[in-house]
Amino acid sequence: MIVAKQKPIEEIIEETKGYKKILIAGCNECVTVCEAGGKREVAVLASALRMYFMNQGKDVKIDEVTLERQCDHEYLEEIRNTIDQYDAVISLACGVGVQFLAEKYMQMPILPGVDTCFMGVTEERGVWTERCQGCGQCILARTGGICPVSRCAKRLLNGPCGGSTKGNCEINKDLVCGWQLIIDRLKELDRLEDYEKLAPIKDWSTERAGGPRKVIREDVQL
Amino acid sequence: MKTKTPSKLEKFLAAGHLAVTSECGPPRGSDAATITKKAEMIRDYVDAINITDNQTSVTRLSSLASCIHLKLMGVEPTLQMVTRDRNRIALQSDILGAASFDIHNILCLSGDHQQFGDCPQGQNVFDLDSMQLIQTVKLMRDEGKFLGGDEIKRPPQMFIGAAANPFADPFEIRVPRLAKKIAAGVEFIQTQCIYNLDKFELWMKLVRDRGLHEKVYILAGVTPFKTAGMAKYMKNRVPGMDVPDEVVERMSGVPKEKQAEEGINICVETIQRLKECEGVKGFHIMAIEWEEKVPEIVERSGLYPRPRPEADS
Repeated sequence: MIVAKQKPIEEIIEETKGYKKILIAGCNECVTVCEAGGKREVAVLASALRMYFMNQGKDVKIDEVTLERQCDHEYLEEIRNTIDQYDAVISLACGVGVQFLAEKYMQMPILPGVDTCFMGVTEERGVWTERCQGCGQCILARTGGICPVSRCAKRLLNGPCGGSTKGNCEINKDLVCGWQLIIDRLKELDRLEDYEKLAPIKDWSTERAGGPRKVIREDVQL
Repeated sequence: MKTKTPSKLEKFLAAGHLAVTSECGPPRGSDAATITKKAEMIRDYVDAINITDNQTSVTRLSSLASCIHLKLMGVEPTLQMVTRDRNRIALQSDILGAASFDIHNILCLSGDHQQFGDCPQGQNVFDLDSMQLIQTVKLMRDEGKFLGGDEIKRPPQMFIGAAANPFADPFEIRVPRLAKKIAAGVEFIQTQCIYNLDKFELWMKLVRDRGLHEKVYILAGVTPFKTAGMAKYMKNRVPGMDVPDEVVERMSGVPKEKQAEEGINICVETIQRLKECEGVKGFHIMAIEWEEKVPEIVERSGLYPRPRPEADS
């Protein structure tokens, strides 16, 4: 999933200053799972803002909606008939949803309510960690199913570096060394000799470096 | 052994001499005298001087410019190059820049993570890793080609080095990792600072078991402790460093004013013991901001005077 975290309330208040009618739009997908922008977080943020504006003696209308997804046209269309009654929308979707909403409703200010962090997993309740950086050319078959691009702080394809200590990364004792995990997995798979195969210089053009990316599937296009 | 480059260091090693290298950290400013003074202090005691590349990710005068200053004073530099800060365009470009000044040694490193330095909020690059940088230099030198495939006019002639840390984890891949660097094309190795000699000797035994000591020149890395505090710091704070308790205790066991001397003693004893270790072809003395002690260490270790390269050619 795409993991996000809620923005500090002070930042949201700062961005919403001057608006009288605000819609808070949640998303029922990733941000619901990572408890940053689902229906419940929409309700909590709405209450906090209502209380804040009331204390300030300001009359601000705050409404709530949670869409199935904010990264698909059809769900964003659901608010087509109601969106005009607001003068700003706070989207609690990831950065993808915020932008797609903004593209669809050109005249409406769309404000982000979360900071989008990474693609990751729920390691345990309340703890999410990164697994993928979407490099566009998956090498997991060669690295024991553990990704050095997302799990090594230096993205070394032929790691580990000299800073790997007792299974942890040099930058933080609480961060697992991705290459330690790769070695452990290769051992489990009885494929440790694979470690000595040199990983070739990577083509990063399928990653962010190649500019904004696009996937086209003609076979499924309408 | 046949040499592949005009490197003096390579020539020394090929002639079977125990090589001695050292390093100088460039200043946090633009005064070249900081580098040239350090180099002047040690030039007669070492065969080549490494210039570190923004070590510990702290911004400094560039390694390449510092190497040029050494070259202009007739000292043989080893250009340290990390892949943290530059993509493959900049790396290749700087390799050519160094080659244009006939800099003949390069040490290919990934570099410390920027979090340790003065710009923890900066981007890192890591377009290549250290092994891929080794391959790049080799391609440029031996095939006269850029990574993009085009021909290089007047290719670089560089003796290719890299680091090895026998003390980092997981230990079981530390020798395979060296084998991998050799497969990538590395020709000399400067190791992490050695304080745990037993572990280093075990690593060397595993290196010899695979015959790797015949395929690469291994220079054992040493760093003298100035104080007991430094020993403790290196033990507890520097990732990938292995300082046994008895070494820390030995430093702490002497009065403060004698600690520097004790640090030098440990360093000299380390070199003397490792001279007997089969496969160790020289020493890399990293006297951090203590370059003035290098001559004493070299002399007391019986590595002075340095042989003259002309005698072998």
